Amino acid sequence: MREEINTGAAQIKAAPNPTLVKLSTFWRKLTSSKSAVVGGILIIAIILIALIGPYFVPYSPSATDTANRLNGPSLAHWLGTDNYGRDIFSRIIDGMSITLYVGFSAVLIGMTVGVFLGIISGYYGGKIDTIIMRFMDILLAFPGILLALAIVAVLGSSLNNVIIAVAVFSVPVFARIVRGSTLSVKKLEYIDAVKALGASDARIIFKHILPNVASPIIVQATLSIATSILSASGLSFLGLGAQPPMPEWGAMLADGRNYMYDAPHVATIPGIAIVIVVLAFNLFGDGLRDALDPKMKN
Amino acid sequence: MVKATDILDQEPILEVKDLQTSFFTDKFEVKAVDGVNFAVPKGKTLGIVGESGSGKSITSLSILRLIQNPGKIIGGEILFKGENILKKSEAEMRKIRGNEISMIFQEPMTSLNPVYTVGQQISESFMIHQNMSKKEAMKRSAEMLELVGIPSPKQRVKQYPHELSGGMRQRVMIAIALACDPELLIADEPTTALDVTIQAQILELMKDLQDRLGMSIIMITHDLGVVAETCDYVAVMYMGKVVEYAKVRDVFKNPKHPYTVGLLNSLPRHDIDLGDVELQVIEGSVPSPDNLPKGCRFAPRCPFATELCHEKLPDLEQSDNGNQIRCWIYTDEWDGDQEVDVSAKRTT
Repeated sequence: MREEINTGAAQIKAAPNPTLVKLSTFWRKLTSSKSAVVGGILIIAIILIALIGPYFVPYSPSATDTANRLNGPSLAHWLGTDNYGRDIFSRIIDGMSITLYVGFSAVLIGMTVGVFLGIISGYYGGKIDTIIMRFMDILLAFPGILLALAIVAVLGSSLNNVIIAVAVFSVPVFARIVRGSTLSVKKLEYIDAVKALGASDARIIFKHILPNVASPIIVQATLSIATSILSASGLSFLGLGAQPPMPEWGAMLADGRNYMYDAPHVATIPGIAIVIVVLAFNLFGDGLRDALDPKMKN
Repeated sequence: MVKATDILDQEPILEVKDLQTSFFTDKFEVKAVDGVNFAVPKGKTLGIVGESGSGKSITSLSILRLIQNPGKIIGGEILFKGENILKKSEAEMRKIRGNEISMIFQEPMTSLNPVYTVGQQISESFMIHQNMSKKEAMKRSAEMLELVGIPSPKQRVKQYPHELSGGMRQRVMIAIALACDPELLIADEPTTALDVTIQAQILELMKDLQDRLGMSIIMITHDLGVVAETCDYVAVMYMGKVVEYAKVRDVFKNPKHPYTVGLLNSLPRHDIDLGDVELQVIEGSVPSPDNLPKGCRFAPRCPFATELCHEKLPDLEQSDNGNQIRCWIYTDEWDGDQEVDVSAKRTT
C-alpha cells in the first residue's frame, strides 16, 4: 500500500511500446482533427447508402428507356440518363456497394497476406526475411496498375480477378510496414519475458506482436482502400473489371466517354462519385495516422 | 580443475560446467561467457555479481537457451536436475521455461505487454503449461497477486500495466514467474530499476517466497548490498569468467580476488564512520571484448599484477577456506611479493 504513493510518478514514464497511444488520447486527437471527422462522416454515409440505398432508388439500375437517352439532370432523372436511357442516379447508388466491395475485399486480402508475410519476416529475420522481402521488392518494382493489368490479363477479366490483382499489389506495402514495426516490437523486453515463460513462436507472434503493430496496419488499410477503389475503377474503365450492365463507376465513366461533348454529365458524375469516396478514405486515413502517431502532440 | 559443487553444503539443482557463449560479428568472435562454472544449491540463492559487460545476463539467458543470433552457446554443459538442457529440443525447452525455470527481468516498466491486463498476463503461464481454462486461470491469477502482496487482487487483475507503479509491476512479474511453481528462479537485476525503499520490499518478498515455496534463486546483480542481503553463495564474474566463487559470508569477511576487493572498496559504507576517506575506485576500464588481455583478464587493472599475470591465465582453484579463486597470488607459482595483502582495507 505504501507503493500507491508512487502511482503518479510511474505514469509519467514513457509508454512501454513506442507505437502505442492511449485510447482516450487517440479519440481526443481523432475528433479534433477536421479531416478525420469529415472523412469519417462521409465514410459512414457512404456505407449506409451502399447498404440501404438500392432499396429506395427510383428506377431499376438496368432498366433502359430509349425515348430518354442522354438526358440532362431533371426532376424525373435527378442526375440525368445515359446512352441507353438508364437513370444515372439509381446506377450510382447501386454501384456504391460494388465500389466498397472491391475496395474492402482487395484490402482485406492484401492486408492478410501482407501482414502475415511482414510479421514472419520481421520476427524470424535471416534467410526467411531476405527471401520474403526481396520478393516484395520485386512486386514493388512494378508500377501497380501495370502489375494489375498483367494479372487480369492472365486470369481473365472479371470483377473478382480485379480484386485479386489489386490485392496483390497492396501486399508489399503492408509487408514492409508490418516488418518494420515487428522489428521494433520484438526487441522489447516483454517479448523476451513471454519467451522465458515458454510461449511458442505462434503465440508470441499472434498474441503479443500483432496487437502491438495494429495501429500502422489500421492506418495503411484505410489509405489502401482509397487506392484500391481507384485502381479497380481504373481497370474497369479499361474494360477489364466489371462487365456490362453492372453499374460499376469506372465502367460507367468509360461508357460516358463517347458522349463527352453532347452529354458531359454521363462521364463526370461517376467520376465525381469516385473522387468523393476516395477523398473520404484518404481524409480519414490521414486523421487516423495523426491520431495514432505517438510523436504528434495535441 | 575444481568442481563447482565442492563448496556447496546442499544438493545442486543446477550445475553450469564450462559454459561458453559467444557472439559472432563479421570480423571477430566476442566471448561473452567464457568457461563459466558454478552450481546453484537447492532452496538457496546464488548471487552472480559483476559490472556491465561481464557476462552475467548472457549466462542467465544461456541457462534458458534464449540466446539470439548472432549469439550462440558453443560449449559446456548445463545440468538441471542432472540432465543437460543444452541437449534438449526446442519443444522440451518450452516446457521447462516458465514451468521449471522462470525468469524475472530488469525493467518492470517494459517487461509487461501494454495491451493486456495483468490478469491476462499471469493467466498466460497457467494456460501455456497447465492447460487451464481462462476462467480458472483468472482466479488463480488473483491468488498469485495476493501471494506477492498486492492489495485488492480481484480489482488489480483487471488493470493494465500502465495503471501500476514500478514496484507493483515488479510484483506482477514475480507473480508471473512463480505462477507454475518453478524450482529455479533467475532474477536478472530485479531491483535495479526501482527506488531504494521499493527495492527493499521486493527483496524481502523474494526471500519470503523462497522460504514458503522452497525454490532456488539465481540473483544477478551489480549491487553487492543486494548480495549481502539475499544470497547464500556468490560468483563474482569479470569479462566472461568467474573470478571468485564463495560462500557469501567469506566474500564479505575475507575477499580474496583483487577484483572482489576492488568492488568492496568502491562501496560506500553507512554503518561505520571512516572519517574523511575518499572512496577507492578500480583504476582503468573493462577492456574491449575483441581485444582481450592474454593473461589474467583483470591483470591490466590489478594493482598486484606481475609478469606472470600478464602472460598466463590462472585457473579457478580451491583456496584454503574451501572457496574457489582465479588468481595467481594464491598459487605456488606466484612470482610477486609473498607477503602481499590483498584484503579489503575498510571491511571490518
